[in-house]
Amino acid sequence: MTDTLTAVREISLTVNGREVRRAVPARRLLVDFLRDDLMLTGTHAGCEHGICGACTILIDGEPARSCITLAVQADGCEVTTVEGVTPDDGLSPMQRAFKDCHGLQCGFCTPGFLVTLAAAEPDDHPTDADIRELLGGNLCRCTGYQHIVDSVRQAWGRS
Amino acid sequence: MKPPPFDYVRPGTAAEAVALLAADEDARPLAGGQSLLPMMNFRLARPSTLVDIGRLPELTELHRDGDVLVIGAAARQRAVETSPLVAQTCPLLPAVLRHVGHHQIRARGTIGGSLAHADPAAELCAAASALDAEVVAASPTAQRTVDTAALLLAPYQTTLHPDEIITETRWPILPRARHGFAEISHRSGDFALAGTAAVVEFDGAEVARARLAGLGIAGTVRRLPDAEQVLLNRALTAESITEAAEAAAASVDPPEDVHADPATRRAALRAATRRALEQMRHD
Repeated sequence: MTDTLTAVREISLTVNGREVRRAVPARRLLVDFLRDDLMLTGTHAGCEHGICGACTILIDGEPARSCITLAVQADGCEVTTVEGVTPDDGLSPMQRAFKDCHGLQCGFCTPGFLVTLAAAEPDDHPTDADIRELLGGNLCRCTGYQHIVDSVRQAWGRS
Repeated sequence: MKPPPFDYVRPGTAAEAVALLAADEDARPLAGGQSLLPMMNFRLARPSTLVDIGRLPELTELHRDGDVLVIGAAARQRAVETSPLVAQTCPLLPAVLRHVGHHQIRARGTIGGSLAHADPAAELCAAASALDAEVVAASPTAQRTVDTAALLLAPYQTTLHPDEIITETRWPILPRARHGFAEISHRSGDFALAGTAAVVEFDGAEVARARLAGLGIAGTVRRLPDAEQVLLNRALTAESITEAAEAAAASVDPPEDVHADPATRRAALRAATRRALEQMRHD
């Protein structure tokens, strides 16, 4: 893959609280910018056409698909990845709940789930059906969803 | 899957944007990119230049103008879905937006982008059709208002010129109308097999005006005049709803594709029409 034919643009943005300024090819997807340029490999590229949700990140606090967002579109924005929602040591309560409740198996989809959940207000999703609706844009191919819903319930203090 | 090479510009005004589009016939406007970027990743679209209009302040306004709700073309779907002004003046829109992709998509996707993309299964196109919404389109030399029926031409094709962009969308405020929306899809958040947006105005107990738009059942979202006719000048009852749903299903000739055969889509439209109308029933 060569980028020589494509235009290069200078962007500056905040990633996990850190100021970043880089020259990027216009065609560079945000997911690839995060993984390959910034080495933040927690964000996963799955389907690469906006279906599976493995690449979910926060742009200005809102969950979004980084595989169908260009890095240049994030110029001036505040981006948060799964690394940014993980404490420096140990796990967040949601991550611990995923571990306790078998909310992951291979783990490929897990960063996307965690980031979607990081932006959610528990009070906005009072029932299990609401949790399932919230997570409808994230696909898991091995664990299934019951243990993931169990994880969310534990992290949100619901018995 | 990565997009092929292209140039990228982010103009400061809508006037600059249309001038850039006029100068290069292979340039395309980029708003939220939630349909365009997947198409570019698949190499189904190969624009020479993306003209990013997604953050133009003049295109993200949301306000009431008399009896019209004005939504800037680049207003994000999620912002519109959660806007108290929209909930109060045009409740069909949040009801419909809940079915557009997933909330990660709606956080980036725009109102004008969905209308300009003209997907035959687009919920926003159905809402625009049922409400007789209009779009304002601007080119370097002119500005014009286009109603929804005149905008949507064929699958993924509109009557917009290559050097035009939608700058604002205009939604009639109908305080006395009732609305309903339902769609049938394999999984929540998927493209629907069929769906119906309904706007009904009453004169006393009787239906004075009914506007139904179907999605997923033709090359574009389209109105369902046979079903509308069935509802007129009578109360909205279980019987009239059944007749309207039957009329809707009988009036369409859906295309065959890998997702569903025509009979399935017709059945889905029948069910969606019934559910949309049931939401507004008051016996």
